[in-house]
Amino acid sequence: MMKRTLLYPALCVALAATGGTAVANPYEKQLANGLRVIVKEDHRAPTAIQMVWYKAGAVDEKDGTSGVAHVLEHMMFKGTQKVGPGEFSRRVAAAGGRENAFTSTDYTAYFQMIPKARLAEIMALEADRMGRLALTEKEFSSEIKVVMEERRMRTEDEPRALVGEALRAVAFQAHPYRRPVIGWMNDLEHMNWKDARDWYRSWYAPNNAVAVIVGDVDHNEVFRLAEKHYGGYAPRALPERKPQREPEQAGIKRVTVKAPSKLPYLLMAWKAPRLEDVDKDRDYYALEVLATVFDGHDAARFSKHLVREQQVAQSAGAGYDGTVRGEALFMFDGQPAEGKTVAELETALRGELKRVQDEGVSAEELARVKTQTVAAQVYKRDSMMAQAMEIGHSEMTGLGWRNIDKVLEKIRGVTAEEVQAVAKKYFRDDHLTVAVLDPQPIDGSKPKKPVVQRHAR
Amino acid sequence: MIPRLMKMRFLLLLAACVACSAQAGVKIQQWIAPSGAKVLFVESHDLPILDVNIDFAAGSIHAPADKAGVAGLTHGLLDAGAGDWSEDQIAERQVDLGARIGGSVDDDRASLTLRTLSSRIERDGALELLQTILTRPLFPEAVLARERARSIAAIQEADTRPDHIAGKRFAAAIYPGHPYGVSASVESVGRIGRDDLVEYHQRFYTARRAVISIIGDVSRADAEAIAQRLSGGLPAGRGDAPLPAVTLPKAETVKLPHPAAQSHILVGMPAIRRGDPDFFPLLVGNYTLGGGGFVSRLMNEVREKRGLVYDVHSYFSPRKLEGPFQIGLQTRRDQADAALKVVNEVLAGFLRSGPTAAELKAAKQNLADGLALRIDSNAKLLGYLAVIGFYDLPLSYLDDYPARVKAVTAAQVREAFARHVKAENLVTVVVAAD
Repeated sequence: MMKRTLLYPALCVALAATGGTAVANPYEKQLANGLRVIVKEDHRAPTAIQMVWYKAGAVDEKDGTSGVAHVLEHMMFKGTQKVGPGEFSRRVAAAGGRENAFTSTDYTAYFQMIPKARLAEIMALEADRMGRLALTEKEFSSEIKVVMEERRMRTEDEPRALVGEALRAVAFQAHPYRRPVIGWMNDLEHMNWKDARDWYRSWYAPNNAVAVIVGDVDHNEVFRLAEKHYGGYAPRALPERKPQREPEQAGIKRVTVKAPSKLPYLLMAWKAPRLEDVDKDRDYYALEVLATVFDGHDAARFSKHLVREQQVAQSAGAGYDGTVRGEALFMFDGQPAEGKTVAELETALRGELKRVQDEGVSAEELARVKTQTVAAQVYKRDSMMAQAMEIGHSEMTGLGWRNIDKVLEKIRGVTAEEVQAVAKKYFRDDHLTVAVLDPQPIDGSKPKKPVVQRHAR
Repeated sequence: MIPRLMKMRFLLLLAACVACSAQAGVKIQQWIAPSGAKVLFVESHDLPILDVNIDFAAGSIHAPADKAGVAGLTHGLLDAGAGDWSEDQIAERQVDLGARIGGSVDDDRASLTLRTLSSRIERDGALELLQTILTRPLFPEAVLARERARSIAAIQEADTRPDHIAGKRFAAAIYPGHPYGVSASVESVGRIGRDDLVEYHQRFYTARRAVISIIGDVSRADAEAIAQRLSGGLPAGRGDAPLPAVTLPKAETVKLPHPAAQSHILVGMPAIRRGDPDFFPLLVGNYTLGGGGFVSRLMNEVREKRGLVYDVHSYFSPRKLEGPFQIGLQTRRDQADAALKVVNEVLAGFLRSGPTAAELKAAKQNLADGLALRIDSNAKLLGYLAVIGFYDLPLSYLDDYPARVKAVTAAQVREAFARHVKAENLVTVVVAAD
């Protein structure tokens, strides 16, 4: 039969053996104007990634202009005073590169993957649009249509995305996370080019940005280039950021979404703590481990118990992201198996929670979480993009790249008692929101507006 | 998170990037294991990891039409119990080792991948697990019943999605009567029994049908032992009946009702086999037409100038037999006709005149200079090794790639497109048509 080897020490050795040279890596320098430049040298291939992250996301938007952070992201490709519309992409392509950008609740980021010899010219391009965007009414009026098509594709015609959107809108009454990153359709329909311009003027400043460069580069040379290209901008006062904390929820909330589908879908979300103090916030680490026990790998409880044994779920998952600027949620989701109802799935998911509350987790499960964490740490070094993403995300959410390894170490130190304690502490019905997809038949060719119904129970 | 573009539009590159022997210093070694399996190997000690990919000529083209879905179910149930291990024990063992076993099935190939730490205990444990899954799967009845039910539910769910409906109908329309056009259905999956899986495994998961790609922190001697260990226990296998020929469809437009806000539109036809000498002219030409992300003609005309779509792209997907040329887009349903008209004009214009001198230069620059980006990790290289090995591409493919790209002329692009993309065979599918 299977023999359980002592994997954890061996994994640590593997890590130590290869991590030794990285003591001083990444390197960080802050320019006089406030821009922080973080360089991670990785000399395995003659390529590099530049990412510029702005701490400006949907969380910073106001009612009536939801989606403007993402719209501005689109406009960043539509020309500056020196570079014509679309020219940015053409120049990156001519350098053999690939590029894109993304917007989240907490930040907006731009990236280019390029042969390393082209870094200087690509940095000049990225720096140019940090302060000299043209942003005309003509380009805006065309691009806003593209964004509305994007919303139709990602949300209007995606039943599960509609459920997620409805859940957030109900779970949060005060906090800006109640608004979707892509924006409400009506807000997009009434947005104008000045909204985008105002957003750009408010947030696109060197002191609100972090540049991350990973690849076959010399950090001193990158610092010199950054000074040359980004150093000329003056820092600016940023708009005041109010906390907008969500008041404590006092009772379960339920919402139903009707949309074309065959399978129902269930999404449950409890209010949970975010990581603020890396040293003191033990609950964050225990919740991370709990999420992995439920759904972090092939042997995790949801797929073992709910999909394979009880066969109550077609699929089932759990997720927790506590490294956020705003409010954190701990979520369950799933589709009931054929012949099972959403109510049966909800009962089964709650049963898994109760089991941890009553019986805790085993030493084997805990060891598995730790093994996964260590292996993932080694594997991510095969991807420059994964390394750049991790650094940027940690900076934008306030964690800081210097704490990345510390967080992983803390996760490895979590005890079974701590996991059981957070399972008892945070999963109260009073702090729960439940959203359900009510499937509608697709026959009939006419478009039906998805219907969102809110009701308390 | 919302990327500006959701999809990467480099399918042709990936598909084609047959052999990416990386930059200087990366060398592909190839041999035949004593078992008969073909092996490709790149030695790389930069990271303490090992990646293995095994491709079997066991893709869905080999499934009988009335049992469509058997390729996927056979592959999916490999880890549902094998040797002395139960399904749960296999899952636990994998996780305890810190290993990641994955895989996929397409028309041609059934693939398994393994990523493990290269340290001795983890590596040996992971390889033992993979070997057992490959060579001694049990296909338990109870697990089959469960997975058959899940497959049927997944098919029924997918059949409500406009993108899936479009893709399925498009395949059926461009490959009439051919296995490439057949999708698993509720009925075909319902007919699949345990004997079907056992037979499919015995017949198609054989050493001579296997191509093993290895990259990472092991020596050549280790790699030889690994390849033999993984394939030595497989049956020798029987010869194949020849694959049925692809016949070209007649041009037609298929419109299907759906209540979605956007119409999903696909345009295309069967176009190119792997190893076709027109590959590089089509690759370079398609970059200009719709493969080059934000700088392509389709993107420029349909999205940038008119704001009709978020996503529009074109690609060639070469396969063992003629794989598709395909243009795809989604647009608000009341402007579907307008968008399709622009697409057809752009395509017709390109077929007529090919790329301009400036476009050709830009395409070659990006494709040749960008090769380094597509092979700058072990995971990326592994994908190229697998394609080179499975489709018998030359080991010098990556080394030759920039020169082959740069040698393409505008006339070659026009001629290659004329040979592979013809108006009389182009099929259009519109889902959520008004």
